[in-house]
Amino acid sequence: MFSFIVSRLLQALPVMLVVSFISFAMFAYVGDPVAIMLGQDFTEAQRQALITDLGLDKPFFVQFLSFLGNAAQGEFGLSYRLSRPVAELIAERAPATLELALCAAIVALAVGVPMGVYTGLYRNSWLSRFFLTFSLVGVSLPTFLIGILLILTFSVWLGWLPSFGRGDVVRLGWWSTGFLTWGGLKALILPAITLGLFQLTLIMRLVRSEMMEVLRTDYIKFARARGLPNRAVHFGHALKNTLVPVITIAGLQLGAIIAFAIVTETVFQWPGMGLLFIQSVGSADIPVMAAYLMMIALVFVTINLVVDLLYYAVDPRLRIGRGKGH
Amino acid sequence: MSQTQSMGGQALLQVRNLRVEFPTRRGTLVALDDVSFDIHPGEVLGVVGESGAGKSMTGAAIIGLLEPPGRIAGGEIRLAGRRIDDLPYEELRRIRGRQIGAIFQDPLTTLNPLYTVGDQLVETITTHLPLNPAEARRRAVEWLEMVGIPAAAQRVDSYPHEFSGGMRQRVVIALALCAEPKLVVADEPTTALDVSIQAQVIALLKTLAREKGTAMMLVTHDMGVIAETADRVAVMYAGRVIEIGAVRDVVKHAAHPYSAGLMGSIPPISHRVERLEQIDGSMPRLSSIPPGCPYNPRCPRVFDRCRVERPELLPAKANRAACWLYAPGEEGRLHG
Repeated sequence: MFSFIVSRLLQALPVMLVVSFISFAMFAYVGDPVAIMLGQDFTEAQRQALITDLGLDKPFFVQFLSFLGNAAQGEFGLSYRLSRPVAELIAERAPATLELALCAAIVALAVGVPMGVYTGLYRNSWLSRFFLTFSLVGVSLPTFLIGILLILTFSVWLGWLPSFGRGDVVRLGWWSTGFLTWGGLKALILPAITLGLFQLTLIMRLVRSEMMEVLRTDYIKFARARGLPNRAVHFGHALKNTLVPVITIAGLQLGAIIAFAIVTETVFQWPGMGLLFIQSVGSADIPVMAAYLMMIALVFVTINLVVDLLYYAVDPRLRIGRGKGH
Repeated sequence: MSQTQSMGGQALLQVRNLRVEFPTRRGTLVALDDVSFDIHPGEVLGVVGESGAGKSMTGAAIIGLLEPPGRIAGGEIRLAGRRIDDLPYEELRRIRGRQIGAIFQDPLTTLNPLYTVGDQLVETITTHLPLNPAEARRRAVEWLEMVGIPAAAQRVDSYPHEFSGGMRQRVVIALALCAEPKLVVADEPTTALDVSIQAQVIALLKTLAREKGTAMMLVTHDMGVIAETADRVAVMYAGRVIEIGAVRDVVKHAAHPYSAGLMGSIPPISHRVERLEQIDGSMPRLSSIPPGCPYNPRCPRVFDRCRVERPELLPAKANRAACWLYAPGEEGRLHG
C-alpha cells in the first residue's frame, strides 16, 4: 500500500512539472509584465532595475528553476493588479470556493445517487421518466442560465434567498466559513445548486446505467435465487458493484467543481478563487493565473490519488499481498 | 393429476401444463408449451435436451425468476401441494433459498466479487433461519467443510476471486443448500468446469442431496452426468417434454425417435465406432415451430398424423413419450 502511494506520487511529479512549465511560459510569453507593472511613465533606468529585480535578464531555464523553487514553497510573487503576495490572495479566497464546492458535491451525490438507483430499478415508472427528462435539462442548460433563473425565481420573485455574495462569514484563524451563520448558509444554497446540478444529473445517469448493467449479472440473479430481500439485493449487492466507476467520475467531477466554479462564482459574485481568476484574466495578472493553474493541477492530482485508494477499499480484487488459493 | 397421486406418496414438485410466453414485437413466442412433470422427495430428475429446448427456462419458471418479458401464461406449479406460480414476489422470495435452492451454470459469475464467501453464506442463512450472526457464521464454516473446501475456517473470509472455478462451484452449492431446501434446481452445474472437476462436483451434489434428502432437478445436456446421477429423466425438445421415464429405461430403451437419436449420439466406450450417429437438421426456432409434432421435419419415422396432430405423452415401452408411434392403432408402425 505504501509503495503504491509512493509510486503514484512519483507519477504525479511529471504532471506537476508540465503544468508548472506551462504556467511559467505564461509569465515569459504572454504579455510583458514589466510594461504592465511600470505603467505609462518610467525611465529606462527604472525599467532596467525592474528587469534585474524580477530576474528577467537571466537565461530562460535559470528563471524556470527559480520559479519552480519558489512555487514549491508556495511563493508565486506579487499580484500585478493588487500588489499583494499571490499566496495570500489565494489563501484568502480558497475557503469560499472550497465550501461552495463541498456543498455542490454533497448536493450532487446525495441527490444524484438515490435518483440513479431509483431510475435504474424502476425503469418504466413515470417518476423515472420525469427524473430522466429533468436530467436532460440539467445536462443541456448552461450553468450561467441556471444561476440566473434561480436568482430570478428565489431572489427577485420570492425574495427568499440572497442573490450574491457569501452572506455573513465567521473567521476561524485564516479560514473564513459561511457554515456557522444563518445568512452564510442561506447564501450557499443557490450557488451550490447551480454548481452541483450538472454533476448531479451526470452522476444520476451514470448510477442508472451502471445499476441496469449490474442488475443483469448472474450474481444478482443468484442473490435473488437465494431469497435475499430486495433491499439487500439492490443496495448491498447491486449498488456496491456500481461504486468503482461512480467513485472515478465523482472524484473527477469534484475536481471539475473546484476548477470550474468560475462561472457560478461570477454569476453570484461569490468571493472565491474563480472570481479572483476571472478578474486576474481581465487585467493580465499572470502570477495569479499561474498560481491558480498550478493549484488546480494539484487538486486533480490529489483527487486522483484518493480515488485510487478508494478503489482498494471497495474492490477486494485489487488488494494485493493476500495469498491466491486454489 | 390424480394418476400421480395414486402412484404412491405426494410429489414434492408438481408442474402441470406449464406454458411460458415471450411477447415480442412480432407476436408472442411460446418458449414452454404444456410442460408437465413431478419430482418426488429425495428424487433426482434429470432434464436433458439441446440448447434452447427450454430446460433452463423450466428451472427459471420454477424459482420464479424468468427474465422479463418472459411470463408464465398457463398451467401451474405446486410445491408440496401449495401453488407457487401465482404468488406475490415477496412470498415467493421467502420460498427461494429456503424451500427451493438454485445452482447456476458459471461459478465465476454467480458469486458477488465484493463480498467474502462467508458474508454471502451468513446473509443467506440469517435471511431464512432463526440464527444470530455468530451461529450463522459457525454454520457457514460447517457448510464450507461439507462441500469440501480445505481449511474452511480460514477460507470463510476469502473473496470469490481467491478460489478456483471448481472451489467456487462448491461454494455456490453450499449457498444453495445452506438454508436446507427440499428441492434444488441445478442448471448445468458442471458445464463451465474443467472435465476433471466435473465428476467431483457431481459426486458432491449427489452425496449431499442423498444425505439431506434433497430432491433435485438437474438440468444438463451431458448424458453421462444424467446416467450417473438421475433417478428419472425428462427429455425436452422445442419447449416440450417429449419423453419422461426412469433413467435406465430412457438411456437404454428410448421410445421417442428424438431421444433414441440423442442416446445414439453418445460414443460407446465398449467398442470403437467409425462414425457417431447424428440427428440431421437442427431444432426449430421458437418463431417457427411446425404444426403437429415439433420433431416431425427431422424424424426418420414420420408419418401423416405427425404433421397435423400434436401428440400427448403416451405410455411407450417403460416410459411415457409424446409420439404417435405409440398411439392405439399405430402399433404396426413400430416394427415396420
